Amino acid sequence: MKRVLMQRVGFVLLGLLALVVVLPILLVIGAIVARGAQAINWEFLTAMPRNGMKEGGILPALVGTLLLTLGTAVAAIPVGIGGAIYLSEYARDTWLTRAIRLAIINLAGIPSVVYGLFGLGLFVLFLQFGTSILAGSLTLAIMTMPIIISAAEEALRSVPTEFRTVSASLGGTRWQGVRNIVLPQALPGIITGVILGLLRAAGETAPILFTVAAFFLPRLPQSPLDQTMALPYHLYVISTQVPGMPADVQYGTALVLLALVLSLNLIASVIRSYFRRRREW
Amino acid sequence: MVTDPAPKIRIQDVTYAYDDAAALRNVTLDIPAHAITVLFGPAGGGKTTLLRLINRLNDLVEGTRMSGQILLDNEDIYAPGVSVTDLRRRVGMVFALPLPLPGSVRQNVLYGPRLAGLRDQGRADEILFRSLNQAALWEEVKDRLDDSASALSGGQQQRLCIARSLALEPEVLLLDEPTSGLDPISTAKVEHSLFELKKDYTIVIVPHSVQQAARVADHAAFFLMGELIEHQPEKKLFTAPQKKRTEDYVTGRFG
Repeated sequence: MKRVLMQRVGFVLLGLLALVVVLPILLVIGAIVARGAQAINWEFLTAMPRNGMKEGGILPALVGTLLLTLGTAVAAIPVGIGGAIYLSEYARDTWLTRAIRLAIINLAGIPSVVYGLFGLGLFVLFLQFGTSILAGSLTLAIMTMPIIISAAEEALRSVPTEFRTVSASLGGTRWQGVRNIVLPQALPGIITGVILGLLRAAGETAPILFTVAAFFLPRLPQSPLDQTMALPYHLYVISTQVPGMPADVQYGTALVLLALVLSLNLIASVIRSYFRRRREW
Repeated sequence: MVTDPAPKIRIQDVTYAYDDAAALRNVTLDIPAHAITVLFGPAGGGKTTLLRLINRLNDLVEGTRMSGQILLDNEDIYAPGVSVTDLRRRVGMVFALPLPLPGSVRQNVLYGPRLAGLRDQGRADEILFRSLNQAALWEEVKDRLDDSASALSGGQQQRLCIARSLALEPEVLLLDEPTSGLDPISTAKVEHSLFELKKDYTIVIVPHSVQQAARVADHAAFFLMGELIEHQPEKKLFTAPQKKRTEDYVTGRFG
């Protein structure tokens, strides 16, 4: 009897602990939805900001964030996946590859504001891209790359060695084995890593602060060398830099950013489960 | 000792070691064409290692050392300039665990030929039929060629793996315990197809039991802890072994 009671108490305690984990997320989402939903309407999503950003919409910030995420993807995905294929399939275990792996792990731990300053120094000033979508995307790409590389490398390594051996035994080169067998099997893991990396890029403020983000620029960007507004920075600006900002605009902007990030996340899990059902081992 | 006038494969004084452990010591062995040669003995004897050396699959393993020579049709397969992919097309391999590649039965069989540049559809159908037929699988899968290969039974999967190797029309077929995971009926089917195949191919097999060794062998080589103890035509080795250790093993005194 006593043991059964102990077990009940244990389950209740563990359940409560799990609740503690979930509660903050629910509260954050709940508060933002409750206070931001009334600000959301067609105009809010499709109009330029007016009257010191207190009225109108957030279109340039929304478009800016989408463009920056796209630019980050274009720059980070080929390099990240290529690097992961090299590390997992080709590189032998030498001091050099160990140094590369160590560098990747350390890159993932660098504070985002440092990436921002690095991007300012390299892309904005030295390469003279100016504060531009190009410079901002590249900065975000460098920050995203370690996430993509480590996720992709892990996904590639989780494909059993025997597939590579079988492909080789049938007269396949190493690359043919990777291209035909290993890469398709690793794809769900790689896509997950890519989307997680891009999620982080989409929500970051510090790396774009000095490299691309405009305080107030009520038009859409004309070229990759143009500045743009971006959602995370816009949210920071209207929350701290503009006196008398209506709270529902602030919460509305937060809600749009949150929805953007969560929907990317949702797409990631749909893709993952789709490929996982097709996997055959 | 009876030796074929022109052995298909000559293994000459091969010594091979992983990191620090020797796997093969001074092995010299001639493998005749159009016959089944069995490499048998207790686990850890170096049989699988020797198989993997014959089509250079151990090139994929890091930190190994090899001395000696392996000749295929009197040419050193480890000589510089030898194309490893061509070699593996001439020397096929079937593994202990059947591992269909992701995809259909058809895609599995045609994987090797497609990599070798096969595009012609009629030729592909020919290869598909011939390979599956030779592996005694055609009748069972002819209506499900485009079904996923992983839906086949274990025995069918192993015969599919044999068909997959045969699709390249290799000269030599290496089999590493191909029936270790199979039931007796599937085993009999695989063994039966080996008898058919030896007319056209040189077959080297690591059997999963002494009984199987005795059943399928034309020639047999007994390995113990990295050494080749004895090599004889089948009849002699299993009825009148020359070495005490061979006799002890085939009569079941150890192993």
